Amino acid sequence: MKKTIITVVGKDTVGIIAKVCTYLAESQINVEDISQTIVQGYFNMMMIVDTEGASKPFSEMVTDLDTLGDAIGVRIRCQREDIFTKMHRI
Amino acid sequence: MVNIHEVHETNMMIEQEKLDVRTITLGISLLDCCNSDLTTLNQNIYEKITRLAKNLVSTGREIELEYGIPIVNTRISVTPIALIAGQACTSPADFVSVAKTLDKAACDMGVNFLGGYSAIVSKGMTPADENLIRSIPMALSSTERVCSSVNIGSTKTGINMDAVKLMGTIIRETAEATKDTNSLGCAKLVVFCNAPDDNPFMAGAFHGVSEADAVINVGVSGPGVVKHALEGVRGKDFEVLCETVKKTAFKVTRAGQLVAQVASERLGIPFGIVDLSLAPTPAVGDSVAEILEEMGLESVGAPGTTAALALLNDQVKKGGVMASSFVGGLSGAFIPVSEDQGMIDAVLRGALTLEKLEAMTCVCSVGLDMIAIPGDTPASTISGIIADEAAIGMINQKTTAVRLIPVIGKSVGEMVEFGGLLGYAPVQQVNTFGCSDFINRGGRIPPPIHSFRN
Repeated sequence: MKKTIITVVGKDTVGIIAKVCTYLAESQINVEDISQTIVQGYFNMMMIVDTEGASKPFSEMVTDLDTLGDAIGVRIRCQREDIFTKMHRI
Repeated sequence: MVNIHEVHETNMMIEQEKLDVRTITLGISLLDCCNSDLTTLNQNIYEKITRLAKNLVSTGREIELEYGIPIVNTRISVTPIALIAGQACTSPADFVSVAKTLDKAACDMGVNFLGGYSAIVSKGMTPADENLIRSIPMALSSTERVCSSVNIGSTKTGINMDAVKLMGTIIRETAEATKDTNSLGCAKLVVFCNAPDDNPFMAGAFHGVSEADAVINVGVSGPGVVKHALEGVRGKDFEVLCETVKKTAFKVTRAGQLVAQVASERLGIPFGIVDLSLAPTPAVGDSVAEILEEMGLESVGAPGTTAALALLNDQVKKGGVMASSFVGGLSGAFIPVSEDQGMIDAVLRGALTLEKLEAMTCVCSVGLDMIAIPGDTPASTISGIIADEAAIGMINQKTTAVRLIPVIGKSVGEMVEFGGLLGYAPVQQVNTFGCSDFINRGGRIPPPIHSFRN
């Protein structure tokens, strides 16, 4: 299964999760886990999603989410999970 | 499963501490391109490079986008050209035509540098080696992306002092040939002792004859990440300091190993090695000098610098080796002057001299790198500096290199701009006492006693 990590960092505002989830639903991407915290005064959310059945190529999702983040005023990153597991797990 | 804090840590490394993959370098063997006809040889070389490298740059961009980690450079290294073009090239001018073919291939593939315009002359020079070396000034002044290196010694063979003498002259001629661009040609020319076959970093990359037909080597970076980690352990003892560097090096190298594996899979080319080097850039916060200063030095160059660099180099290796199945290349801390803002500042404040840099090269992975020296430095003095560095490499069984830039028309204290990743540097003082009688002796320095292991 291809897992992807979506992170949202920025100033907290109404509807961030709703907007990201709407985009994911439209793109046939299943959300498996959501966690959020405040780091150094900033809203910090992480979603683990499954992009196996996604209706869009990965590169398009990265740019779409980046644009969506610009519109809401937060930074949204979409990265394959391996970069994190390789770095933090032996 | 990863947690939000780990994800945050990785993304902070990338966004604020300038973690990146410095280079994906595709090594290509040109041994099967050999031909006695120069035109056919050039065609063979162009065809092979463009066939194997056609997806290199786009694959690098794809990986960058999907994993969210910057891949700063994609590059190509080839078999030392002196070995490939010896049959077809009977003069230095013939060799220059091969350099132009390499340059065209590099431009057409979109890579910023191509290394391997090289000769391995650690024991002796063939006529082809000598013609290639004599062609270097013209080759580097008439191409944009070709990088050249010459290996003039090794622990096994000793030092070829005839080649050392010749390289002093060649560096001066290259500086003259590119004097309109601050002698930039010399920034693309490295003189090695114990050159590795699988180094992905420029300007010294070439694809050694012990390598497969094509291979992917990756060079990681991350001085900013190490510096940031050390900020958290100020005042703690050396055990804590070393442990922190080691853990950080592990994480940085894992990112490089992942990128190398993915690139290898997507290009259908075997993975070679990860080079664990801490490679600085002129950007603020991407400096090896700042790591040493964070350890407690007032300025890099102060007493204690060599010890600090030695422990940094060793801990980077210890952490990195655990993170990758194959480690190679130069693997250690780089100390180029012009490419590291902290080093430039240290030179400007009078804390860092050429002699201290030489001492530092005894304990790090490279040598005297990207150092601007006065334009009127005699060839024999440059050869003397090369011989000193080669001796350090030969005796200590490590790679050493010299990339000096005698900037024509500039004298001590003047600032020289090289542009981009090559940065800028103040022209540094060189010892003015002569060594020409020593250099003019000719012949070889025999290998040290500890090289006889058979």
